Amino acid sequence: MSIVHAVFAPGFFSNGPVQAALVMGAVVAAVCAPVGVLAVLRGQSFAGHAFADITSTGGSAAVLLGISPVLGFAASAAAGAASMEGLGARQHGDRDLVTGTVLGGALGLSALLLYLSTTRQGTSGATVSVLFGSVFAVSSANWPWVAALGLPALALVAAAYRPLLLSSVSPELAAARGVRSHLVGAMYLAALAASVALAALTIGAVLSTALLVGPAAAALGLSSRPGRAMAWAGAIGVTSVWAGIVLAYDSYSWPPAGRGWPVSFFVVALVMAFYAASRAGAHRHGRSPAGKAA
Amino acid sequence: MPKPPTPLPATSSGTASSGTASSGTGSPEDASSGVGAGTRPTQPAQRPRVLSVEDLGVRLGGRQVLSDVSFHLCEGEVAGLIGSNGAGKTTLLRAVLGLTPVSSGRVSVAGGRGRHQAVGYVPQKVVLDADLPVRARDLVQLGQDGHRWGLPLPSAAKRAATEELLAGVGALHLADARVGQLSGGELQRVLVAHALAGRPRLLLLDEPLANLDLHSARDTVALLDCIARQQGIAVLMSTHDVNPLLGVMDRVVYLAGGRAATGSTDDVVRSDVLSSLYGHHVDVLHAHGRVIVSVGDDSHSDDGCDAVPASAGVLVGGPVHRGAGAR
Amino acid sequence: MLSGLFSPFMLHSWEATSLVAVAAGAVGFFVVLRGSTFAAHAIPQGAFTGAAGAALVGTSTLLGAGVFSLVAVGALARWGRRGRHDVVTALVLVGMLATGSLFLSLGSQYAQQTFSLLFGEPLAVSSGYLLPTVGLAAACTGLVLASYRRLLLSSAAPELALARGVSPATANFLFLLAVGAATTLALPVVGALLVFSLMIGPPAAARSLTARPGMALWLSVLLALVTAWSALVGAYWSNWPVGFFVGAAAVFWYVLGRAAKAWGHRPRNAPAVGSSR
Ligand SMILES: Nc1ncnc2c1ncn2[C@@H]1O[C@H](COP(=O)(O)OP(=O)(O)O)[C@@H](O)[C@H]1O
Ligand SMILES: [Mg+2]
Repeated sequence: MSIVHAVFAPGFFSNGPVQAALVMGAVVAAVCAPVGVLAVLRGQSFAGHAFADITSTGGSAAVLLGISPVLGFAASAAAGAASMEGLGARQHGDRDLVTGTVLGGALGLSALLLYLSTTRQGTSGATVSVLFGSVFAVSSANWPWVAALGLPALALVAAAYRPLLLSSVSPELAAARGVRSHLVGAMYLAALAASVALAALTIGAVLSTALLVGPAAAALGLSSRPGRAMAWAGAIGVTSVWAGIVLAYDSYSWPPAGRGWPVSFFVVALVMAFYAASRAGAHRHGRSPAGKAA
Repeated sequence: MPKPPTPLPATSSGTASSGTASSGTGSPEDASSGVGAGTRPTQPAQRPRVLSVEDLGVRLGGRQVLSDVSFHLCEGEVAGLIGSNGAGKTTLLRAVLGLTPVSSGRVSVAGGRGRHQAVGYVPQKVVLDADLPVRARDLVQLGQDGHRWGLPLPSAAKRAATEELLAGVGALHLADARVGQLSGGELQRVLVAHALAGRPRLLLLDEPLANLDLHSARDTVALLDCIARQQGIAVLMSTHDVNPLLGVMDRVVYLAGGRAATGSTDDVVRSDVLSSLYGHHVDVLHAHGRVIVSVGDDSHSDDGCDAVPASAGVLVGGPVHRGAGAR
Repeated sequence: MLSGLFSPFMLHSWEATSLVAVAAGAVGFFVVLRGSTFAAHAIPQGAFTGAAGAALVGTSTLLGAGVFSLVAVGALARWGRRGRHDVVTALVLVGMLATGSLFLSLGSQYAQQTFSLLFGEPLAVSSGYLLPTVGLAAACTGLVLASYRRLLLSSAAPELALARGVSPATANFLFLLAVGAATTLALPVVGALLVFSLMIGPPAAARSLTARPGMALWLSVLLALVTAWSALVGAYWSNWPVGFFVGAAAVFWYVLGRAAKAWGHRPRNAPAVGSSR
């Protein structure tokens, strides 16, 4: 009993916000897993991160206009995806440059909107809360929105699963098979934008990148099958989020300030530990003579 | 510097380079042409055509890469697409696949189904990350249904078909290996199975022998020959060296300067035909069942370096000890 | 209205902005050439974390930013060697940001300070900042110029560079180091979030305007200067954050470069087509 109390500080399970955070974290990790594995395979981690920052523009606009942040997040993610497509993110060589250009424009706009909301309304705390996400700030009233972002993301990935996988393995093979890579790539970008918007909204921009990329990259070493790698990514993501929440809850009694450490710090540390362990394991496995063939 | 297009002699038998193949649906006109040491005896002309290429021209980046290429392929035939680097082999294969737009002429692939269903393709270079969570059997499965929407449902029939395809290329033991960790030759077999998974009538391979040692190259050629004969699939493979294919080819498509000479090996790999294709004198030597094509490149003659032997290269052929000539 | 722009008070701003632009333009040429936009976006976030940490323990912003830029550079260079580049970059980035949010939550930063670190405050550059800025700009530009040829070769053809005795890992480290120096220098002026825009916008346009690498490098520096000066004037005039102008300029430069490329392709290739056949 005392061990349980050492891990789960008193009140952990009866705390309403904590319960909501546990459920929300698991949902987000589950959505991020398949989308993230494909992001890693397709080399689109940067775009995945960029959407998190781009949604901050929507968040800033929402603060300024006094509208629902959900609307701002979703709209800015959609606008970001559209501009990346429009500027020609499909040209592989220039893809990161296009992503960076759009991201820079969005961040610049974000700076302006935050400045305006600070001068107009004196809400100076907006910068940190928008950019670093006051984690798990979504109330249960937003559940319809969570579904509205998460379900389409999963549906798009499921609908285009095989063409996506084949074009991630080799665009040339996919083209020969009659896969319309541009259409499939645009569908994926939309799924990526939606799931990152969901993650940034619910768990913050920092954690959304961590949960998108980290568990997926760790999972690649754990299974040689695409579906299972996605399942592993989900398991690692959920574990990291839950453990991070437990630690953050515990940290209220920790030094120096006694006001708690950010959840994002713990979750990121756990995700990185999973990644490092998986890399170390794959490295050792790959070195051994039996490691190569099945 | 820009050379005018070299008209090929219309009299040269077997060259179908300008318009001779346009007569349409008739039986292959060179079925009765010479059968020599280098060419597999062609069977009677009853077999239906799988691929017809008529007066094909392709422009890329403002440059005419291919012009007036005409040839056809019938069921079960093996054809070699021969040419040096940059001759346009990959461009031709991609045009047949429909991946590169054609600027003039026509490519038609038999079968009412779409081009992508009827043609299987093994690209020259497929770079795969070692940590890709995709097994050989997954890749072959994607050859069957990789273009389909929706999630795949587990199916015993598909699984059996996949294993049969892998067994057919001698790669069943690799079924559960990650594709990114296969060796060059192993991956190639899996890619052939992937290409065959769509049940194509035409199989295109881009430089399948490029990175293989002599032994594996011979195995690959034998495998492709066997696929063509047993399954009636037409096989078109590109290579810069005609020799590994000497015993199995029904047809040669020889590319140089953006133009093609086509026909049986004996009709095409000849000094007079290749000389008119290249626009200058070309020697074709036969030694120990091997063919050596010596292309003296006269395009450098105006810079005064034609005394340097390095400007004359042996295009087709290799070290003589590789002698894997007629079988 | 703009008469105050050239007052003695603004002299430091002009100097610092110009130094930042020269360094960012020079390094940026290689950022675009190597396709390292993500790394150029990630390293400044390390610098931001360092600045937040410096505020926490009470040392200078520049020192904190410099040390944490170095940490980010080291991590990218070390782990980027094996494994997927973009994954490593993303993980280093979130690691830095998570540490940064920890520093912010432990400390008692004013929101205004955080805002300046993120989005830049060129008008508040003090004279004490100038000396280290000159040093860093010189180091960064010197590094780029001294390793210009090996960076160029190893960016264009890593195997060829290896054959000439230039290890890609070393070249990558030198490159990241230059990015780190430019970042540290630029953090107080342009802000952590928009430094990379100053690094990618001007060279993206420059490479479309000329095919010669040396020329593109100088042009990139020139366009970066134009960008930074315009942003400074804009920020002075409107009192809006300088980051807004830098981000908008990067979009402008990229679109301009694309337009120049599309426009230049037609007339230049048309006669070539005609004469080739
Ligand atoms: N996308 C392209 N744009 C412009 N030129 C191209 C393109 N692709 C190929 N080429 C040119 O077409 C010619 C034939 O190329 P390719 O078909 O790849 O030759 P091969 O496969 O026989 O080595 C080469 O000169 C090459 O430079
Ligand atoms: Mg080729």
